[in-house]
Amino acid sequence: MSNASNAALLDVSDVSKAFGTVEVLRAVSLEVKRGEVVTIIGPSGSGKTTLLRCVNFLESYDSGSIRIDGKEVGYRDAGTRQRRSERDLAAMRAETGMVFQSFNLFPHLTAAGNIMLGLRKVRGKSEAEARQIAEHWLGRVGLAHKADSLPAELSGGQQQRVGIARAVAMEPKILLLDEITSALDPELVGEVLAVVRSLAEDGMTMLMVTHEMAFARDASSRIVFMADGGVSAVGPPAEILAAEASNERLRSFLARFRASHF
Amino acid sequence: MGYTLNFNLIWRHFDKLWGGLLLSLELAVISIAIGIVIGLVLAVWYVSAGRVVRSIIAAYVEFIRNVPLILLVYLVFYGLPTVVDIAYSAPTSFVATLSLYSGAYLVEVFRSGLEAVPRGQLDAGKAIGLTPWQRLIHVRLPTMLRITLPALSNTFLSLFKDTSVASVISVPELTYGAQWINFNTFRIVEVYLVTTAMYLVTGYVLLFGLRLVERRFRAAR
Repeated sequence: MSNASNAALLDVSDVSKAFGTVEVLRAVSLEVKRGEVVTIIGPSGSGKTTLLRCVNFLESYDSGSIRIDGKEVGYRDAGTRQRRSERDLAAMRAETGMVFQSFNLFPHLTAAGNIMLGLRKVRGKSEAEARQIAEHWLGRVGLAHKADSLPAELSGGQQQRVGIARAVAMEPKILLLDEITSALDPELVGEVLAVVRSLAEDGMTMLMVTHEMAFARDASSRIVFMADGGVSAVGPPAEILAAEASNERLRSFLARFRASHF
Repeated sequence: MGYTLNFNLIWRHFDKLWGGLLLSLELAVISIAIGIVIGLVLAVWYVSAGRVVRSIIAAYVEFIRNVPLILLVYLVFYGLPTVVDIAYSAPTSFVATLSLYSGAYLVEVFRSGLEAVPRGQLDAGKAIGLTPWQRLIHVRLPTMLRITLPALSNTFLSLFKDTSVASVISVPELTYGAQWINFNTFRIVEVYLVTTAMYLVTGYVLLFGLRLVERRFRAAR
């Protein structure tokens, strides 16, 4: 699958992980090329979120290798599996952005303050410069007027848009989106997905876990179907979401999904 | 019962009470300031340390919590200088004792506060590339302080009352001033009524001020 002339930005190969005796990831391999939007779908407990959290090393993994732009994540090299220093890990994580299901904004900082923290402390920007970048991104997500609001004063959809702005303001190489609309009221999902769509149009590379099938179909370059900790099917949306998918597990997942969502 | 209240002698010596109250406040403020430093350092150390350090810190906390304050005061003021070659005044000795005392309680307060910071916030701090130290300073501590503020003000209020124990080593704080007036005027009812009122009023004023501060911070959540 890998192609030397067009090397993947994110290259996950043979990653396995167990929590105790429970294998949550079994030899998972996938690639995301620059500018691609790859969506991971699958039943709960299939390891989607864990995989995403391994990509920026919020979770460690037991074997295999994850590379971003050719650089090994988490460990100094796949062979010795010597963990990187905390300073190294921090620097690597700054190259990936992450948006969380539960928003995870810093409650003591305003919307602008949430975005500025990383710009100031990690990117070393001046207060004024960081503020300017924060305002730019708040404008992009439609919240220019909420720059000085605290998270508690924002709706869930607004908080999540700040979460997205916080991640992209760092200019990450790849954006990881972990079920970012699952905790939202249905009427707030659209405003968040619209922001993601506009980022995709800008060419932002994204790896996302979602249950929004319609969105996955419209916005993804490829869809990865995970089941039981492994990649069960990969392909373009039309192929994966086809009612007559050849993969037995995928077919039953989609059937159950349709039954409960339509 | 022909006892008639006569406050004249109390007012004549009121400077003993007023000066005592100010000293009580001073002892409480200095002690909690040092106690906060002890509590913070040990709590942060505790949550990131291995088993040995944890049990040493836990032993300190348990020791202080299970020994009456008055005994600790005696131990530090009379006991320590006879064993080790140090000398200090009674107020200094008391501040040292009360700092260690409040520090032990605050370790527990801060430790549970640190552990109550939602994991998602720490993940978010990691995800934007903050180092462990930066996550502590900019994410964990601010949230922890908001969580622990009510417990912190309660600790301060009881510490203010605990300063009365300093009278046993003749530190001229409020209770000592009351005892002095009692011994010299024998107006026991009057002097302790006035003293009680002074503790009460000061306590309420402190409580009111601290609740205001808490409300400000809660609004900022």
